[in-house]
Amino acid sequence: MASPARTEAADGREDGQGQGRENGRENGRAKAYGGQETYGQERAYGAYARARDGLRAYRMIAAMWIRSTMAYRASFTMTMLANFAATALDFATILLMFSHVDRLGGYSLPEVAFLYGIAGTAFGLADLSVGSVDRLGRRVRDGTLDTLLVRPAPVLAQVAADRFALRRLGRITQGLLVLGYAIAVLDIAWTPLKVLLLPVMLLSGGAIFAAVFVGGAAFQFVAQDAAEVQSSFTYGGGTLLQYPPTVFAKDLVRGVTFVVPIAFVNWLPALYVLGRPYPLDLPTWVAFTPPLVAAGCCALAGLAWRAGLRSYRSTGS
Amino acid sequence: MYGAVAAGAFRRYATYRVATAAGMFTNTVFGLILAYTYIALWDERPHLGGYDQAQALTYVWLGQSLLAVMAVMGGGFEDELIERIRTGDIAIDLYRPVDLQLWWLAQDAGRALFQLAGRGVVPLVFGALVFDLALPADPWTWAAFLVAVVLGLAVSFSIRYLVALSAFWLLDGAGAVQIAWIAGLFCSGMTLPLNVFPGALGEFVRALPWSSLIQAPADVLLGRAAPLPTYAFQAGWAVALLTLGRLIQSVATRRVVVQGG
Repeated sequence: MASPARTEAADGREDGQGQGRENGRENGRAKAYGGQETYGQERAYGAYARARDGLRAYRMIAAMWIRSTMAYRASFTMTMLANFAATALDFATILLMFSHVDRLGGYSLPEVAFLYGIAGTAFGLADLSVGSVDRLGRRVRDGTLDTLLVRPAPVLAQVAADRFALRRLGRITQGLLVLGYAIAVLDIAWTPLKVLLLPVMLLSGGAIFAAVFVGGAAFQFVAQDAAEVQSSFTYGGGTLLQYPPTVFAKDLVRGVTFVVPIAFVNWLPALYVLGRPYPLDLPTWVAFTPPLVAAGCCALAGLAWRAGLRSYRSTGS
Repeated sequence: MYGAVAAGAFRRYATYRVATAAGMFTNTVFGLILAYTYIALWDERPHLGGYDQAQALTYVWLGQSLLAVMAVMGGGFEDELIERIRTGDIAIDLYRPVDLQLWWLAQDAGRALFQLAGRGVVPLVFGALVFDLALPADPWTWAAFLVAVVLGLAVSFSIRYLVALSAFWLLDGAGAVQIAWIAGLFCSGMTLPLNVFPGALGEFVRALPWSSLIQAPADVLLGRAAPLPTYAFQAGWAVALLTLGRLIQSVATRRVVVQGG
């Protein structure tokens, strides 16, 4: 809770150690990869090919970072545990609240745990896969983005895979544990549809958060110093969804349903699973729209990213 | 001279206007989320922890205002100091005819002063406009609050100084910094007032130095704690931790000499 700066605090630490060396290694990788491209392929560059290239570049850079992290196994274990503990504190706060009350906004602890588990896991998935894009502002400021522009791989893939932090699995683990507890304790009338909705929620939730991450990064092309604004949407959104929608003012719920549609990460589908009405008058079938919303968000974020990248002017220094 | 260092630090942080505005925005967003959860909590249990709802909401917004000032989640001078220790630049600092601890204290004081003016006021004003807060009208209470903030800063500095010094042994400060902000976030009363922590856990966290950062100044402002005993508690921790920092510093600097930087 209340921890936008924690990314900076946690990630910032990794900077010093071995950065120069790792950058060197990354450079070599990218060059080797670029060499395999031929000219003809360039012309037949469809959207599909571009996505495939992006994924491939992403995979290679991420693998490189994983190898580099695994060089210091003890350090990796410690940072992963810290990541786990830091996110577990969020839940500890909720537990402390429930040591005084039986219900919060009309929801019991297992129900809140259900919302928390889904939001935490979905956010963790997004954080693991594209969480590094929030460093974009810094890259624009210090000019290191230019290095990525000249490499023959999509910039977004490079920025997203940059410093790929496997320790973020700690957050996902913690979210899944809480979710597991909730499912074990809750008395849900399971139907095949509800069972199917669970993985769909986690994946589309992850995609929605990923879109928010990328959209926020696109905004940083314009406002280079505003990493914290991005945090308030990503981390703030993640925190918001840990609590039931009945806790918040109607306008806030409207905002996260219709403007930045993170309500589709867990509130809308999860309340269907829990058999609870959504505070805004929406038909039940919206509980099944998260994949569509996720696709829409990703498309919009992609457009925003492109616009941002096109408007980019180097620092010139 | 230390005044000049503090003024320099103030100006340095004042340069990042967009970052400061972005920080205010974040504090406001998190303040909103927390405020609503507190309302739900206090609806269910009025007078939880001895606060009424208006006091609880005031607590939320005070926390958001003091978060950056107290550097509860780090982000103050310590990153820079750790980096200097790691790279060996610390040897140059030790040549300087200034006291290392006082130098960084002055630096951090300048930073905190700017954060108080830059990031402290706006969240509180926003909170007061949107919610019913229990802010005192008496200027003396505000003055007493500011004294508690200054003492809290001394404690915050002394904790972070120890964290930074650990880099002399660990070389990489990452682990220590991480533990420090996790502890700071939880034990300062940032997520939930320490008065709400149940039983022995509550007693324990209230006795720790971190309670000087948020809980103590908030309680002085809310009129929930008498200023003098609060000051004594904060000053006690500040003196103890600053002295410890000084001791460790002298051990550490001897170590640097042995290492040859």
